[in-house]
Amino acid sequence: MVTDRPLQGSVAVPAGSLERLAYGAPRLFFPLAGKLAGWCMLIAVALCGVGLYIGFFVAPAERGQGEVFRIVFLHVPAAWMSLFIYVVMSFWAAMSLLPQARMPALMVRALAPTGAMFAFLALGTGALWGKPAWGTWWTWDPRLTAEFSLLCFFLVCIAVQTAMGDTRRADRLSTLVALAGLFNIPVIYASLRWWLIVHQGPSFAELGVRGSIGWVPVGILLMTLGFWAYSIAAAMVRVRCLILLQERHAAWAIDYAKEAQ
Amino acid sequence: MIWHSAQEFFAMNGYALYVWGAVIVTFTCLFSEVVLLALWRRLVLQYLSALPPASQQGETSSDT
Repeated sequence: MVTDRPLQGSVAVPAGSLERLAYGAPRLFFPLAGKLAGWCMLIAVALCGVGLYIGFFVAPAERGQGEVFRIVFLHVPAAWMSLFIYVVMSFWAAMSLLPQARMPALMVRALAPTGAMFAFLALGTGALWGKPAWGTWWTWDPRLTAEFSLLCFFLVCIAVQTAMGDTRRADRLSTLVALAGLFNIPVIYASLRWWLIVHQGPSFAELGVRGSIGWVPVGILLMTLGFWAYSIAAAMVRVRCLILLQERHAAWAIDYAKEAQ
Repeated sequence: MIWHSAQEFFAMNGYALYVWGAVIVTFTCLFSEVVLLALWRRLVLQYLSALPPASQQGETSSDT
């Protein structure tokens, strides 16, 4: 493990100068992101370990569906994370519109792939649950459709970021896409109430009352927190790579790369 | 413990394909992302190490 070098030398950040601070932010954030990534990964492994144990060894089978309902411990946390990451990504997208801010656009790029993965997992585990529960892998039910469009918004963001040559224009466009897709979040959230649909009711609230000891919501919550910590870790590792690439003309970044390799 | 035997646990009362399928899909994705990130990090570090020192980088390098 390579320790991050303390800040010193070329880029001096004069106190009280917000613009300079924004300019120096990637360098200031780099070591912090490294520490965050390590700790969050440890927390993620611990929480997912306990969450899976509760989900597969402690929680009783649901009366109606039997054992297949255990998919809930992966499906609901993944779906929640996809929504949450999208909101956080949109927040950074909005922040990236501020002049001189350099970190927000990098955060958007760092979050999009992990968000897309969780949206994919929500759909994938949902399909594996839908087949035995509804008799079909997929149906154009409002909630499923909305989650699918969430995945599409993530993918379009990634596509814009990677396909466009001009970094600044790519960031601007992916910001627009991210903000445009925000309408989707309340639609997914409220889809259970707005339409009479195939997707079952919100499992978390319902099972909290029905579950015999309440182990089900505990397991779901632990898995969600575990996925949350995982997402932070993945985004921090990715943002560190993005910072290095952006700062590749700076002496500190090259020095770090040589030392870390 | 809610299971009476390992066999019962793995059978998931006939839903093994779906339950274990979901577990495998989820953790394959998570592990793959971790591995891809580690590989990418190595590539980025190699790329930066191979660049000329900052003092010698001219105006010619593109900003993408």
